[in-house]
Amino acid sequence: MEDEMMEGGVVKKFMYVNRKAPYGTIYALESLEVVLIAAAFEQDVSLIFMDDGVFQIKKGQKTDGVDMKNFSPTYRALEMYDIEKLYVCKESLEARGMSEDDLIVDVEVLERAALQDLMDEQDVVFSF
Amino acid sequence: MLHIVNKSPFEKNSLEQAISNSKDGSAILLIEDAVYAAKSSSSVAEMVKGALGQKTVHVLGPDFNARGFADEDVLEGVTIVDYSGFVDLVENNGTVQSWV
Amino acid sequence: MKFGILINEGPYQHQSSDSAYQFAKASIEKGHTIFRVFFYHDGVNNATNLTAPPTDDRNVTLRWTELAQEHDVDLVVCIAAALRRGILDESEAKRQNKANFNLADGFRISGLGQLIEAGIQCDRVVVFGD
Repeated sequence: MEDEMMEGGVVKKFMYVNRKAPYGTIYALESLEVVLIAAAFEQDVSLIFMDDGVFQIKKGQKTDGVDMKNFSPTYRALEMYDIEKLYVCKESLEARGMSEDDLIVDVEVLERAALQDLMDEQDVVFSF
Repeated sequence: MLHIVNKSPFEKNSLEQAISNSKDGSAILLIEDAVYAAKSSSSVAEMVKGALGQKTVHVLGPDFNARGFADEDVLEGVTIVDYSGFVDLVENNGTVQSWV
Repeated sequence: MKFGILINEGPYQHQSSDSAYQFAKASIEKGHTIFRVFFYHDGVNNATNLTAPPTDDRNVTLRWTELAQEHDVDLVVCIAAALRRGILDESEAKRQNKANFNLADGFRISGLGQLIEAGIQCDRVVVFGD
């Protein structure tokens, strides 16, 4: 499968950096829309949640009272699109009094050095 | 890798994050409101100086000047570039990450 | 080199479109190619032809239009973001049953795939945002 992808065209490492909280601004929602489209391009996709971006994947979001669409379940659907590389900045998570148990998806929690390495190996970095 | 920061360091943590999450040998470019971090004296000058050993730090001159600072107001070790220099940084440092 | 540009903010409110324009202009002057400028989030507002800034100020939209015409730069506005914010070309206006359309010359409306394609095709992608 991987060989086929290589033959079919270029496979680049794309990273989507999520540093903004949901609802207060539209960045998180529209960023997720890009990721869903990106899945169709068979590139090597990673998502990183850091700073207030960790709030995007907080469990238990209930948006009825603000009449906005709760898009957090969509993060759980990413797996079906073969987007499985979800990373969270450990420091950001801890600073906000949260742990992996508070998150709606399975993620890999990264310390600073691992995060530096991950960013450094990317070909394209999209931040919204 | 080139890390572009456009936020005032007095308002947001973007510069701090760019510095601490970039590897040694990276370049950091300050544009828009991030240029305030390039002043020779301020409460963030020490943080920028601390990055200078391992990383190069550049400030976009047109943005710095627009905000009332002359080239001689820049922190020692920070390089002033124009838009042409911005383009060179993009060309010469591989992947670009904007800390928007 | 081949550069791609992503603009996430609208004109005037934020400097990102100005910074992106100056970067694009300098890149072209140095012999690089701007493969595509993709407008997303409120960045789609750069593409309205209904702006009328004071005469002593820069005209952000017109500057992009002229850059596109002079240097064959592909200016792409995200369709989903544009429809949310009232940026329409003639065919979208018809499809959405709207009386008017306002997409400025030199811009075209298309899907997010155009952004990913720019990432694949370009040597570098530079993001300008808030």
